[in-house]
Amino acid sequence: MVTVSSWLRSPCPALVVDAVGAVHGMNDAAKTLFPEQALPPEWRHGESVHVADRSYAAHRVDNEDGSVTWWLLDETDLLLERERAGLLAQMSSALMTSLNPERCMNVVAELAAAHLADEVLVIAPPSGDGHPMTRCRRGEAPTYERQHVDVEEVIGLSEALRGFPPVPSRWIDPAAAPEWLAAGVVSIVVTPLPGHGVPAGALILMRRDEQFTEDEEAFARLFASRAGVAISAASLFTQQAVITDRLTRDLLPPVLRRYEHVELAGRYRASGDTERVGGDFYDVHELPDDQLFVVLGDVCGKGLDAAAQTGKVRTAVHALLQVVTDHEKMLHALNQALLTTDESRFITTVVGTVRPVDEGLHVRLTSGGHLPPLIIRANGEVEVARTKGTLVGILPRIKTATDEVVLAPGDSCLLYTDGITEANGGPLGDEEFGEERLHRALAACGGMPAEALVEHVHMLASQWVGGGEHDDMAVLAIAAPRRRPS
Amino acid sequence: MNPVADVVDALWAAALDGDEHRATDVVLGAAREHGHETVLLDVVGAVQKRVGGEWAANRISVAQEHAITAINDRAVTALSLDRPRRKAEHGRVTVACVDGEWHALPARLLAEVLALRGFAVDYLGAQVPTPHLITYLHRTGPDVVALSSSIATRLPAAHSTMTACQATGVPVMVGGAAFGPDGVYARRFGANAWAADARSAADMLLSQTLPAPSPPHQPVDDLPHLADQEYTLVTRSARDLVRSVYRGLEDRVPAMDSYSDEQRHHTAEDLAHIVEYLATALYVDDDSLFRDFLSWTGDVLNARGVPAQVLEPTLDLLSAQLRDFPRAQRMLARPRLGVQTVN
Repeated sequence: MVTVSSWLRSPCPALVVDAVGAVHGMNDAAKTLFPEQALPPEWRHGESVHVADRSYAAHRVDNEDGSVTWWLLDETDLLLERERAGLLAQMSSALMTSLNPERCMNVVAELAAAHLADEVLVIAPPSGDGHPMTRCRRGEAPTYERQHVDVEEVIGLSEALRGFPPVPSRWIDPAAAPEWLAAGVVSIVVTPLPGHGVPAGALILMRRDEQFTEDEEAFARLFASRAGVAISAASLFTQQAVITDRLTRDLLPPVLRRYEHVELAGRYRASGDTERVGGDFYDVHELPDDQLFVVLGDVCGKGLDAAAQTGKVRTAVHALLQVVTDHEKMLHALNQALLTTDESRFITTVVGTVRPVDEGLHVRLTSGGHLPPLIIRANGEVEVARTKGTLVGILPRIKTATDEVVLAPGDSCLLYTDGITEANGGPLGDEEFGEERLHRALAACGGMPAEALVEHVHMLASQWVGGGEHDDMAVLAIAAPRRRPS
Repeated sequence: MNPVADVVDALWAAALDGDEHRATDVVLGAAREHGHETVLLDVVGAVQKRVGGEWAANRISVAQEHAITAINDRAVTALSLDRPRRKAEHGRVTVACVDGEWHALPARLLAEVLALRGFAVDYLGAQVPTPHLITYLHRTGPDVVALSSSIATRLPAAHSTMTACQATGVPVMVGGAAFGPDGVYARRFGANAWAADARSAADMLLSQTLPAPSPPHQPVDDLPHLADQEYTLVTRSARDLVRSVYRGLEDRVPAMDSYSDEQRHHTAEDLAHIVEYLATALYVDDDSLFRDFLSWTGDVLNARGVPAQVLEPTLDLLSAQLRDFPRAQRMLARPRLGVQTVN
């Protein structure tokens, strides 16, 4: 039972409205809140009521005598905390999805402009072409650009951008702010975005008509600490991805250009879906007199280690070509090179020299322990090149036998790795694709353009495998183009 | 002036002959008359559509299909080199095919059209493993990803690729025959946009900014029926299903004794397709997807002189194997009427 005197001293404002609807009494807290309250309130139970910059939940209690007591429970801080928690959650879910620094900066600027300030600038450490920065005004879309600015003009900004030494948030005198930073604002706070080892930049909050409070500044720091982690993770990812790209560029299959007398097309699929490089390789080199030297091979093993080895083999072949173009000597030299390298794996390879002749293309083919290339005549006949030889990189001496074929216009020659023929699967799930099936399929491919041929073979093998595991696959086609009727 | 229909015939003839030079001459000549976009979409696109129809009617082989596509592709390259240069003044769009999709040309045509319209386009082509695509999106931060898929059986992969792209915060536009004539599966999967063709895709991207995708979610949230695991179990046991139905057919269809190796292989392949389509229909929970596939298969078989009734015992055997799967039962039961009406 609440005694009369105790409700009067309650910290929660309370009003009593009598049965006829007039304000009958107020406690001390209510009197402070409504110094001139005379009219009865028109609240609904549970409603949020705003009085003098604060929010109250109105609770209605019906008394026995027909009067009503309204209790006002202050929920200002609760609502603020709820909004802030919501903002942090929203930011986290938006930021955790992206590893793109620009997108992260845009998300941060947009959320900060919606909840913390009238205008926001997120600025990142300089990279190559000026400072990446995102500006966002409340209610507008963020704009990202790179800009050359003198960050020394803003006290504490250059330290924040370097990530060292640690600096607190700083209030900047708007009058002293450089033009590129702000115009027409009354309050500026610069907060570093902590990147934990990687400088992430700074968050600059600006207000047009009122000052930031200490409490707001503290919350901005919390916001910045999360934003910084996300932005620096994105920067780190980008850095690593750029490094990986540069390092693996030479391991990727080459882009084949077009030649007047020769059609070339290649296809490559690494065994791992997350990898773009693997243990199979092919390359094409230009020789004098319109001749081309092609090489396709398979380093024992798969994955990154095998891929690294393909890089060495490809470089070695390229270097050797400067002094030797004869197939046997080339493979012998390659054999020696592999034998004398530590930790190298053996390879199987097939090399070819393509020379345009009157009849079409003259092709010399030599296998070093590799599947012999297939010749697909324009009429669909499939021949196996008569070349064989020893694996390269195991024995001190190797033996090879070279075959020579002439490709008439419409004929083509297919070099491929065992990832194609050993593809395991098929509709019943337990068969190898096999050479016989490949020959049968190729019989329908007479006269096909080189790209279509490699795509077709690649597709057949991939579909044979279905969703199952497969080895690296490489296919290279050399075709004698049909001639334009003159 | 050559009407567009004549140009289509001319390109078709050149591609069928495997005559790249003539094909290139045809499209470049037509581009001067009708403009690049019209040639790309109404000539090259039309020829590509005809390829599918001719194959189904058994007038060209899969190998010919590839050969024609290769010539068509070169024609697009020639058009691309010839196209009026313009600075990219609109947003950046990444165009890719769903992993496992072999029909790259529709995506390539879209990429070309978007570039013509002034977008900055990154064309990734076919056979893009999803991890590469996602890494690429993080690296480049495009405004939109456009994903293309032609084959219905790629729908589950399309859905997971889409969800993965959206989780990087990039809105996804999808297109291609796989998503159904009115894009019904695009909506079901929660795509941010669907376009019926390259032209309307370009129009849409020019006229509106696609909304940012909703927060990351699980693909299964879009398709609550997946909770019954029918799709998962059918997919997991697909090869066993094919094997046991195949053995069942050997008992039921005496003619199979005299089948050649190649015929046996074709039969097994057809079974694998049926199971794959059934699984896809279970994934999207759409009986008509499976029914349409069966009647299309019936037509294809008829075109090759095989009576479509051979599908009947197959469906019986499948149905017996999947006795405990109510949705699969429903799909296997209903379409039989469809198959009969085909004949």
